[in-house]
Amino acid sequence: MLRGGWLDRNLRYVFPLPALVFVFVMMVFPIAYTLRLSTTEWSMSSMAPPSWVGAANYASLILSDDRFSGAVWRTFYFTILAVILETLLGVSIALALNREGRGRNLVKTVFLLPMVATPVAVGMVWLLIYEPTIGVANYFLSLLGLPPLHWLASPRQALPSLVLVDVWQWTPMITLIVLAALTALPRDPFEAALVDGATPWQTVRHVTLPLLRPAIVAAMTLRAIDALKTFDIIYTMTQGGPGFSSETLNIYSFVLGFQYFQMGKASALLMIFFAIVLGSAIVLSWARRPVEA
Amino acid sequence: MKWHVRFVTLCVAVVFLGAVGTAASGAQQPYKGTALRVVLANHPWADAIRPLIPEFEQATGIKVNAESYFEDQLTQKLTVEFASGTSTIDVFMQRPLQEAKQFHKNGWYTDLKKLIDDPRLTQADWDFADFFPAAVQAETVKGFVTGIPIVTEQEIIYYRKDLFEKDNIKVPTTLAELEAAAKHFHNPGKGMFGIVSRGQRSPAVTQFSSYLYSFGGAFDKDGKATLDTPEAIKAFTFYGDLLRKYGPPGVLNMSWPQALAIFAQGKAAMYTDASVFYSNLLDPAQSEVGDKVGFAVFPAGPAGARPYSIVSWGLSMSATSRHKEAAWEFIKWATSKETTLKTQNRQVPSARTSAWESEEGIKNFPAQLVSVIAQSGKIGLPYDRPNVIAVGQARDIIGSVIVTAIEGGDVAAAAKKANADYQALLDKEK
Repeated sequence: MLRGGWLDRNLRYVFPLPALVFVFVMMVFPIAYTLRLSTTEWSMSSMAPPSWVGAANYASLILSDDRFSGAVWRTFYFTILAVILETLLGVSIALALNREGRGRNLVKTVFLLPMVATPVAVGMVWLLIYEPTIGVANYFLSLLGLPPLHWLASPRQALPSLVLVDVWQWTPMITLIVLAALTALPRDPFEAALVDGATPWQTVRHVTLPLLRPAIVAAMTLRAIDALKTFDIIYTMTQGGPGFSSETLNIYSFVLGFQYFQMGKASALLMIFFAIVLGSAIVLSWARRPVEA
Repeated sequence: MKWHVRFVTLCVAVVFLGAVGTAASGAQQPYKGTALRVVLANHPWADAIRPLIPEFEQATGIKVNAESYFEDQLTQKLTVEFASGTSTIDVFMQRPLQEAKQFHKNGWYTDLKKLIDDPRLTQADWDFADFFPAAVQAETVKGFVTGIPIVTEQEIIYYRKDLFEKDNIKVPTTLAELEAAAKHFHNPGKGMFGIVSRGQRSPAVTQFSSYLYSFGGAFDKDGKATLDTPEAIKAFTFYGDLLRKYGPPGVLNMSWPQALAIFAQGKAAMYTDASVFYSNLLDPAQSEVGDKVGFAVFPAGPAGARPYSIVSWGLSMSATSRHKEAAWEFIKWATSKETTLKTQNRQVPSARTSAWESEEGIKNFPAQLVSVIAQSGKIGLPYDRPNVIAVGQARDIIGSVIVTAIEGGDVAAAAKKANADYQALLDKEK
C-alpha cells in the first residue's frame, strides 16, 4: 500500500491529465483569449497594448456594420444551399452504388478523389474552369446551347458558383458515410418488405431512408459545421468579391484581423461566429434524436 | 535520379565556394558566419536579386536565407510574425504606400536614418541623396526612415502597336481618345476586347487613381473625403463604363495577373497598369505579344494627364532583428549603385537617379518606355492610394464604388455611401 500509494489513489486524475492539459491549452485558452481580445481595441502594435472598450466591438458589428449582416446572410445561404445539394446528391449516389458488382471499389475510390485534393489547388483549378473567356464551363454551356455566364465575376453568380465547387468536393463525403451505414443495416425489414410485396421505390422510401436517418443527419451535421467555416476555396477564388458579394463571416473576420489590423473587432466577430456554429450544431443534433413514438 | 545528382553537385559547389570564400578574405569579414533571414515578395525585383545573392555571401561571409511570398501572403506573414514580438526576420520587402504608416505605428521597423547617418556603418559612396526625393519621402514617417526604395512605377498605357498601325488609329493622348480607341477595337465575337484593367475591389483602386486624378478628383483633401465630388463621380463612371462596355467579361474578378494575362494572350488592344509589368509582357514565355507592345503616357482628362508615379517596394529592417549591422550590410549591398544597375538591367525600374542617367542603366529598356517613364515621372503624383494608416480598409471602401461602376449600378449613391465611410475612417485617424 505504501509503494506508489499517492499514484494509486490518484490514478483517475493522473491518466486523463494529458488530455485535460491538451484541451485547456489548445481549446479553452484560445477561446478565452479571443473573448478577452474581443472587448479591446488593438492594431497588433508592439507599442500600444490592447485598450479595453467593453462591448463596443459587438455593438458596432451588430448595430451598424452592413458588411457583417451581409456576411451572416451569405454564410447561411452558402451553407444551407451546399448541404442540401450535397445531401440529395450524396444519398442518391450512395443508393445507386449500393449493389454488388464488379468495379464498385474502383468507383468508390474515384469518388474519393475530390475530397483528398487540397482546397487551394481545387480553387485554382475551378478558377480556370470558370474563366468566362477561356474556361471550360462556358464551353459546356455553349454545347448545350445555353448563353455564357460570368460565374465568379458576377456579383449575383459568384456565391452559387462557389457552392457548386463545395458540392463537387464534399458530396463524396456524404456518399461514403451513407454507404457505410447501408452495409450495416439489418436485413429483416427488407425481407419483410419483399414478402409484403413492396415496390423498390416503396422500400427505399419507407424502409431504407428511415433506417438511414441517423447516419444522414450525422453526415449533414458534419458537413454543415464545415461549410459554415469554409474559407480556403472562397479566399483563393474570389477573396470575397466581386465587391463583397461572396464575403462570408470567415472571410470578413480574416480581412478585419489581417488586412485592417482591427484585432478586437475581428475577435468579437469570431466569438459571434463561434456561437452561430455551436448553435447550428446543437439544433442539428436535436434532429438526430429518434422520433418518440 | 536527377535531383540526386543535382543535390550532390550543389553540395560540392557549396563546400567549394565556401573554401574559396574563406581563402580569399578573412580580415574584412566582420559579420562572417552570421545568418540573415530575408523575406521577399514574388516580384521581378526579387527574381533579379536572388541570383546575385551568392556574390554578397562570398564577399561578406554572411549567409542569406531568402523566402518569398505573394504580396498579400507576405503582408500576413510579416504581420503575424511581428505581432508575436519574437520574429526572426532580419530584412523584408514592403510596400511603403500600403504599409509604412501602419508598420511604423506598430513599432515593427528599425529606423534606418541612424544607420545611414553613421559614417562608421555607411560609406559616402552609397549615396542616399542619389535616390529620388519623392521615393525617400514615401519611405519616411516623421523623420524615421522605414526602408530603402527599390522599385518605382507609373501607370501607363500598354497598347498593340500592330493593331493601331493597321487601322491607322492614333495612340490616345486624352481619355476621350482612349475610349474611342477601345470602342474601335472592341470585337468580342472575334475574341478581341477594347481595353483591360483591374476590376477587383481592392487591387483596382491603385490603377483607378490615375483616372481619378486626371478627372480632377482626389481621394481626400485637407482631411475631408472627396469621393462624391462631381469630378470623382465622373471618374468612377468613366472607368466603370469603359470596362463594362469595352472590357473582357469577368473583369470584376481581375487583379493584375488576370488582366495582364488577357493582354499577353493578345485578347485586348490596350491595358492600363503599372509600368513594372512590361518585362512580363516582353517575355516570350509569358506573352504572345512581346514584339507588338507599345507604351504610352497615361492620357489626359479634364484636369490634364496625371498618372501616379510612386515607389512601390522598399527594403526594410525589422525592429526585432538580432543582426542589425549585418542586415544593414545586406540592405546597403542590395540598394547600392552597382547592384541597382544590375537589377535595373534585369528590367526592374529603380529609384536611383544615377541608374536612370547612365547608358548602362537603361540599355535593357525599350527606348519608348524610357521616355514614357521619364515623362510620367515629371507629371506624376506620389500616391496611388489613400495616404492613411488603414490603407486596406480605405481601398475596400473606394473599391466598392469601382465595382458598382463596372456593374453599371448607381454610382452616385455608392460614392455617397463610400464618402461617409471614408470620412469616418479619416476622422478616426486624426
